[in-house]
Amino acid sequence: MPSLGTSYGRGAATLAQWDLAKSDCVVIMGSNMAENHPIAFRFVMQAKAKGAAVVHADPRFTRTSALADIYAPVRAGSDIAFLGGIIRYLLENDAWFRDYALAYTNLSTIIRDDFQGPEDLDGVFSGFEPDMKAYFVDSWQYEGMAVPSPRSEHHPQTEMDFTACAGRMSEKPPHRDPTLRHPQCVYQIMRRHYARYTPEMVERVTGCRKETFLKICETLARNSGRERTSAFCYAVGWTHHSTGVQIIRAAAIIQALLGNVGRPGGGILALRGHSSIQGSTDIPTLYNMLPGYLAQPNVNKSHGSLDDYLKGETPPTGWWHNEPKYVISLLKAWYGDRATAANDYGFDWVPKIIGDHSQLPMTLAIRDNVIKGMFLLGQNPAIGGSNSRLVQRGLAELDWLVVRDFAETETAAFWYQGCPVRDGELAPSDIKTEVFLMPASIAGEKDGTFTNTHRLVQWHDKVVDGPGDSRSELWFIHHLAKRLKALYADSRDARDRPIQALNWPYPEVDARGEPDVEAVLKEINGYTCGDETPVGTFKDLKDDGSTACGCWIYSGVYPKEGHNQARSRKADGPGGPGTHLGWAFAWPANRRTLYNRASADLDGKPWSEEKTLVWWDADKESWQSPDAIDFEPSKAPGYQPDWNQKPEGMDALDGGSPFIMTADGKAALFVPSGLKDAPLPTHYEPIESPVLNPLYAQQSVPTAKRWNREDNPYHAPEDAQYPHILTTYRLTEHHSGGTPTRSVPSTAELQPEGFCEIPPELAARHGLRTGDWVVLETSRGAVETRALVTSRLRPFEIDGRAVFQIGMPWHFGWRGYATGDVANVLTSIVGDANTTMHENKALTCRLRPGRLSGGRR
Amino acid sequence: MSRDRRTPFNRVGEFLNQWSVPRQMRGADHRTDAARSRMSETLRPRLEDADRVGTSICPYCAVGCAQLVYARDGRAIHVEGDPRSPINEGTLCPKGSATIGWMNAPDRLSKVLHRAPYSDRWEEKPLDWAMDRIAHLTRQTRDETFVEALPGGETVNHTLGLASLGGATLDNEENYAIKKLFGGGLGMVWIENQARV
Ligand code: SF4
Repeated sequence: MPSLGTSYGRGAATLAQWDLAKSDCVVIMGSNMAENHPIAFRFVMQAKAKGAAVVHADPRFTRTSALADIYAPVRAGSDIAFLGGIIRYLLENDAWFRDYALAYTNLSTIIRDDFQGPEDLDGVFSGFEPDMKAYFVDSWQYEGMAVPSPRSEHHPQTEMDFTACAGRMSEKPPHRDPTLRHPQCVYQIMRRHYARYTPEMVERVTGCRKETFLKICETLARNSGRERTSAFCYAVGWTHHSTGVQIIRAAAIIQALLGNVGRPGGGILALRGHSSIQGSTDIPTLYNMLPGYLAQPNVNKSHGSLDDYLKGETPPTGWWHNEPKYVISLLKAWYGDRATAANDYGFDWVPKIIGDHSQLPMTLAIRDNVIKGMFLLGQNPAIGGSNSRLVQRGLAELDWLVVRDFAETETAAFWYQGCPVRDGELAPSDIKTEVFLMPASIAGEKDGTFTNTHRLVQWHDKVVDGPGDSRSELWFIHHLAKRLKALYADSRDARDRPIQALNWPYPEVDARGEPDVEAVLKEINGYTCGDETPVGTFKDLKDDGSTACGCWIYSGVYPKEGHNQARSRKADGPGGPGTHLGWAFAWPANRRTLYNRASADLDGKPWSEEKTLVWWDADKESWQSPDAIDFEPSKAPGYQPDWNQKPEGMDALDGGSPFIMTADGKAALFVPSGLKDAPLPTHYEPIESPVLNPLYAQQSVPTAKRWNREDNPYHAPEDAQYPHILTTYRLTEHHSGGTPTRSVPSTAELQPEGFCEIPPELAARHGLRTGDWVVLETSRGAVETRALVTSRLRPFEIDGRAVFQIGMPWHFGWRGYATGDVANVLTSIVGDANTTMHENKALTCRLRPGRLSGGRR
Repeated sequence: MSRDRRTPFNRVGEFLNQWSVPRQMRGADHRTDAARSRMSETLRPRLEDADRVGTSICPYCAVGCAQLVYARDGRAIHVEGDPRSPINEGTLCPKGSATIGWMNAPDRLSKVLHRAPYSDRWEEKPLDWAMDRIAHLTRQTRDETFVEALPGGETVNHTLGLASLGGATLDNEENYAIKKLFGGGLGMVWIENQARV
């Protein structure tokens, strides 16, 4: 989540779900929370019962809309126009929280004078290189200094020596103008940038009536400030766009301007779909990161040696200055005694990436025969992967494929049931792929921890064995590791050193040979080398090889031998503080509300009694709170760095800098580095859109990752062949690639068959009624499904033209009890510049009544 | 089997006596005695036979609802919301409530299935055999595709020939082990999951 990461310092939800009950206004956008996160939605309803306003903005009228006080229909893919309109409203009406934003954000900071925005450059920012479709971010920096990003990618593309210029952050504070009159201060830049996002423009771009839009602006502003706080909730309705990161950025700007971050009932809650999806970014099975948001070594950066890597990745100021401790402790956890100062702690053994190795390019690399062998561990890309036909066709190019799941997935069955086989393009006898389908255990059948959507690491017990040969993924990896270590034991080849050196000490605890999960958790937590005592916090980690730690942000989850905090189940009783510090473990350091120092003013006094969370106790000379404090516990509010000493790390952040992970301690309204597409959110049309961008000549985001090829073509803007917007979504009874719900009788019964939602006005044009068959088609493929004619989807008038939206749940497939065509047959492989996230929430398609001649896809 | 000697009249009387509705209509408290019937006398608590209970977390979405999993003879018999949890306070949504259906799904695999190259069928295989074969293939593919340095001389120590996908539904410990073995041990760089946001 680079959006929250670059804005506030950490890519994670800022508040606990239960804290929503304390909100005065909850804005839900990019999410159908009542449907998809129903238990969390209870807290929204609790807030509403206490008088809070609930706002929902969405392309579809859903169960969430039905329970909202204000519903705003917005065209899929127009969110930044809407949110940019809110930013303009707040700035032009002076409706932002002045004392908070001036103190805790970079609103008054001066940006270099050669910075220019889309106002001046017809839709792009300064530094754009059209040939590379990428930005040089020199001109986005603070005046006189380069600003390293708190994300794992500290090496932005620049002409200057970035690391050297970033060093100046230790010499003086950034140049600020508290009067906000300087033309290059962030405030003035934002006012110019958002000037054109007027209510009239919002209506023109999003289709939402300006009266509704203004009512939302007023409601949000009225419910923010000293006495009140508002929260934003979003989900994949924001992330699945070519501009997804920037949509969330826009919300981050609004919340920081309104002073809603780090305070009770305020913040941004990312609602995530899978049980441990937050955990799988913290301890990433992702190509570009090492555990704890450390950068994967990259051949395109100065990562030639450990020294260079640490120099390039360690910012001079802010908490991340501690990075070397975390990197070296990780290498010690991975390579144990074999990691020594003499061999750079095995740094060279960590593979270097050479480009984008995420799921979308991976799909193409499978199809293009670069990837030969593949493991699928609980994922079903034949359903969930964009451009499903291409995914399925690609699988036939693999030499071998291991699928581990609890039931046979569509992906595992590709070689006899996939599109290429049903279309007659391939027969099983043409497909060389050797396929293993292995039964997997699920929660209840294995010990382990999930990290939920608000960073809460919760342990689940093994109660029963999985059926037959079902095993945990940990069992699989453990026994594969043992076999591979044996196979490579005698090698003298340097390239085989990493697998030989890999530290693999996990004891087996039962007759099936399941490894001891707590031993792994302890390694994740960290320990001192030699006596193997767990570290209590990440403050105990060292950069001299004397500590090992698998993921520094999880330190404290297993703070003492035999103390598994993730398994702790002590909730606060009624009348308790409600932070529930005894219930499981929240990273980092059990903090429930991130940046909670911001709940107090510059003097350390809570902004209001009603919204008290953290305060400075002058007598005790320390911060007090019912939460774990996200700040140095005894740094006085009045502390000022001594710039003559060239302060580093936390010494360089003053007592009024709650965003300790950023280099200047402030929330970044304007992001100088860490993002590849813009320092300020800007509305671009989706890659496929039925309209031209009403705001700029630049139609879609110029930095998007595109793979335009024969088997992955895109529709041009305003393409008359594909006139309608298609958006995809999920339902309460659906999960993940569909297998865990379509193969389970009760959930399958509740959602028995695929369908698509069609507005009545469009249905009338085609003479369609609910239950009729329709064919949806894009240049990637076609599907047939039943029509559900409903005014929950309404036509939009965009720039004077009627635009229709069609919605299709994407979790159906051909296996299990509940079947339906695969929506992802329609989607394309195209990605956000920062995350390579696909754009399956807004694309274009055409519709006709009837069925496919060749049967289902 | 002995013959039922009761007359129809007796039986109707008995029925009316046992049926709870007339008693409730007469004003007896429907929450206690008046709710009693022959059927209710034979009802047993649902979890009486459970020989084990464990605390769990819902395997579906990231709200993270806490659960109690009850089992008898090594088989899960009931899953319910943990009332102590500050997140769900004992409740579960339709998915969370389906957890028992997931654990006991009729289509669950219990054996390794193997499809040989160009074959038209699955074949059951022993777990050990599959593990050996997968280890062998992993090594072979790695050895064939491993790159120590780029033509320009930059050390990369990686393989582009192996890929792994999945993780957002797995435990942290599992993701840790995957990244450690596949990345730190084998040099794989195509390691991804659903969390690309
Ligand atoms: S019960 Fe429902 S809301 Fe709770 S974690 Fe499970 S799927 Fe999510």
